[in-house]
Amino acid sequence: MMNLTLKIWRQKDANSKGQMVDYKVTEISGHMSFLEMMDVLNEQLINTGEEPVAFDHDCREGICGMCSMYINGEAHGPDRGVTTCQLHMRMFKDGDTITIEPFRASAFPVIKDLVVDRESFERIQHAGGFVSVNTSGNTQDANAIPISKIAADEAMDAAACIGCGACVATCKNSSAMLFVGAKVSQYALLPQGQVEAKERVLSMVAQMDKEGFGNCTNTGACEVECPKGISLENIARMNREYIKASV
Amino acid sequence: MATLDSKVPKGPIKDKWTTYKDKIDLVNPANKRNIDIIVVGTGLAGGSACATLAEQGYNVKAFAYQDSPRRAHSIAAQGGINAAKNYMGDGDSNYRLFYDTVKGGDYRSREANVYRLAEVSGNIIDQCVAQGVPFARDYGGLLDNRSFGGVLVSRTFYAKGQTGQQLLLGAYSAMNRQIARGKIKMYNRHEMLDLVKVDGKARGIIARNLITGEIERHSAHAVVIASGGYGNVYFLSTNAMGSNATAAWKIHKKGAYFANPCYTQIHPTCIPRSGDYQSKLTLMSESLRNDGRIWVPKNMDDVMAIREGRKKPTDLSEDERDYYLERRYPAFGNLVPRDVASRAAKERCDAGYGVNATGEAVYLDFKSAISRYGTEQALLHGVKNPSSEKTYELGQAVIEAKYGNLFQMYEKIVDENPYKTPMMIYPATHYTMGGVWVDYNLMTTVEGLYCIGEANFSDHGANRLGASALMQGLADGYFVLPYTIGDYLSNEIRTGEISTETKEFDEVEKEVKERLAFFINNKGTKSVDHFHKRLGKVMWDKVGMARNEKHLKEAIAEIKAIREEFWKDVTVPGELNEMNPELEKAGRVADFLELGELFALDALNRKESCGGHFREESVELDGPQKGEALRNDTDYKYVAAWEYKGEPSEAVLHKEELEFNDIELKTRSYK
Repeated sequence: MMNLTLKIWRQKDANSKGQMVDYKVTEISGHMSFLEMMDVLNEQLINTGEEPVAFDHDCREGICGMCSMYINGEAHGPDRGVTTCQLHMRMFKDGDTITIEPFRASAFPVIKDLVVDRESFERIQHAGGFVSVNTSGNTQDANAIPISKIAADEAMDAAACIGCGACVATCKNSSAMLFVGAKVSQYALLPQGQVEAKERVLSMVAQMDKEGFGNCTNTGACEVECPKGISLENIARMNREYIKASV
Repeated sequence: MATLDSKVPKGPIKDKWTTYKDKIDLVNPANKRNIDIIVVGTGLAGGSACATLAEQGYNVKAFAYQDSPRRAHSIAAQGGINAAKNYMGDGDSNYRLFYDTVKGGDYRSREANVYRLAEVSGNIIDQCVAQGVPFARDYGGLLDNRSFGGVLVSRTFYAKGQTGQQLLLGAYSAMNRQIARGKIKMYNRHEMLDLVKVDGKARGIIARNLITGEIERHSAHAVVIASGGYGNVYFLSTNAMGSNATAAWKIHKKGAYFANPCYTQIHPTCIPRSGDYQSKLTLMSESLRNDGRIWVPKNMDDVMAIREGRKKPTDLSEDERDYYLERRYPAFGNLVPRDVASRAAKERCDAGYGVNATGEAVYLDFKSAISRYGTEQALLHGVKNPSSEKTYELGQAVIEAKYGNLFQMYEKIVDENPYKTPMMIYPATHYTMGGVWVDYNLMTTVEGLYCIGEANFSDHGANRLGASALMQGLADGYFVLPYTIGDYLSNEIRTGEISTETKEFDEVEKEVKERLAFFINNKGTKSVDHFHKRLGKVMWDKVGMARNEKHLKEAIAEIKAIREEFWKDVTVPGELNEMNPELEKAGRVADFLELGELFALDALNRKESCGGHFREESVELDGPQKGEALRNDTDYKYVAAWEYKGEPSEAVLHKEELEFNDIELKTRSYK
């Protein structure tokens, strides 16, 4: 059982100024997930008449991409290959002080406490994250176009992105290139995505720039912090697609 | 009393849907531009419906409580999606998929709906591939399939262990295309808090903007509820934290009948709870039962020794283990359907053989599979007389390739290496087969109000087979609702825009605001979670895997008491006009506290055992099936659709008799 000090970013709403506030939690089990530890804190705050800490979360099994905490200077905290909800308290030790902040980027404004607005990601997807095919049910048979297993597997690896934004929060330039690269790659690797490949990459990149995300300087921090292990190769592939589309 | 007309078309089952589609009234494209449709929920069912309706030309307004449609809990589905493509050439057909689904549901679903589901299943795969969903493929470049529980063919398409994610991202991408064109107006971080009816028809909703707290009015010519299941009535489940029944429950209170609430799937392979702080349970895919063997110790001494840490499971010899599924069900062994496997685990744990501190865990052991694969690999690779370590290493690699992501997830949560020591598992609430009653058109008992996906009741009967939820969600959204809704909307082309400045909207908005204000002003002494956990405990203990009259009656009284205490003593911090997650939870738990009571009432009414609903009073007394669930087709071959009348316990029962013309009713045997 651990006793911990938490330094948490509290901010009433988008227009208010925020600050770090200290809290204590006691008797934290190593088997708890990080968010269950936050539940313990919130229950404690409610019972003492204080306002609980707002944070995004939903599936709590590492796939919805909703949870988004910056813990001790790392997106999703010190463990690798996991989201905050799958980070367990056994990664910490009794007496630790843990700093908890929202994902920070100018394109992710804070809504409240640890909750940020990721609508910029949505708008990038609206710009081209799709294949223009109607759901008529009269498309050709699913096996009409064979796709090499290697391409399909690579497309799947890119498509595994959960859109959490850890890449942006981690990047010193607040770049969204890993996120956009993953979507561009998924479609670029599949014949179904080829038809609109050119328009897609130009339009998604234009929207990304418009949202105020920075550029990529190849430090690779995004790949390290990505809970789904999305590879830096996706950025390279997007760049190739972009150049192909621009010349 | 309204009669329940399922509106199933006449004619042979194979032709019903095709013939019906040919005769449905259509709305001309120019008129579609003048018709608005509200869709609440953007998972597989809601997301696919939004995309298709918008493509057809309707104006869609979509609502999600998360910050993006991509986060709906369909995303967490692991295993796969069924489709009767027969790509494997193993004799699959629409009829076989139909038959398996009806049988798997223990003959409590509507035949015509299930046949239609099987019929459109193949289209789903075609559509998803066209959208760029990266399904698993074989080396020839064609789509791969795997098999799932309860069937004799390989018909499950999959994308690694993330099939739900990839299908949802497919529907999301189709939505994005329409959002970009302005045909879908997306309301992220919004929650529907009530339905507005005008002259008996669904005409809009009241929603709360979860960022600003603002209460909004939205009108439409039809409203579609696609808000998922109500598994969180148990507090602990494999559902997402935010998964809730509010939209479904609100429409129930406005006249939509709620069907078979007691049909709930308790999934056998979940990671057991570890303490009182537990917030949710994590599923381990059913596919693990292909290679894992389930057991508990034979002797109570060993159980105690393991619990106290004096022995490890690996210390027990084969003789000292009770592989209870293989013992009780020699024909199906570890691959019995979910409901049977769950009850058997509970039986052993109730008898005191649970292997962890809480007494609620059994082992899922891969040792035999690892050594079997290891021996096979040694032979394949020409390793002569391999040491047991070498065999183990070779076998482990095979298991890792098949289930690596699940083993990693288990290790992260439990902090034990499942390659070295057996996994501990226990059943957990996973899916709700019951839901809002709908007719063949997927319309509820309220005109112009539709319900699709897990939120409705129609396709899975009393037990859902693996890989069928994704199929139903997408079938409803892509291929069924967009046709059937036209039949209703063809009468709406002259209606014109629906105003939100009417007394109907005024009234509902007032109720919604009063309720929210009540929560904030109540200033009681206990948190929302406090009540939710107590409700969950009653549900699990008395309306869980095995039910009896005494416990159900107690549950009804206890839930009512908790509900009364909740309204007196709940505390909700914060304010109305701001982001307030506790306020959101309060509304959802208030609804669960009513739904739970109806759930228990339905379970009390159904004095038979079928699928996930097991009544201890209804078991086979002798013969080879002794002790197994006993269904009663004479008295209970009906859908129990409940009409709201005030208190949940005052709900009025309406029966839809189920007809089985194309399938013979039989006892499900797995012995």
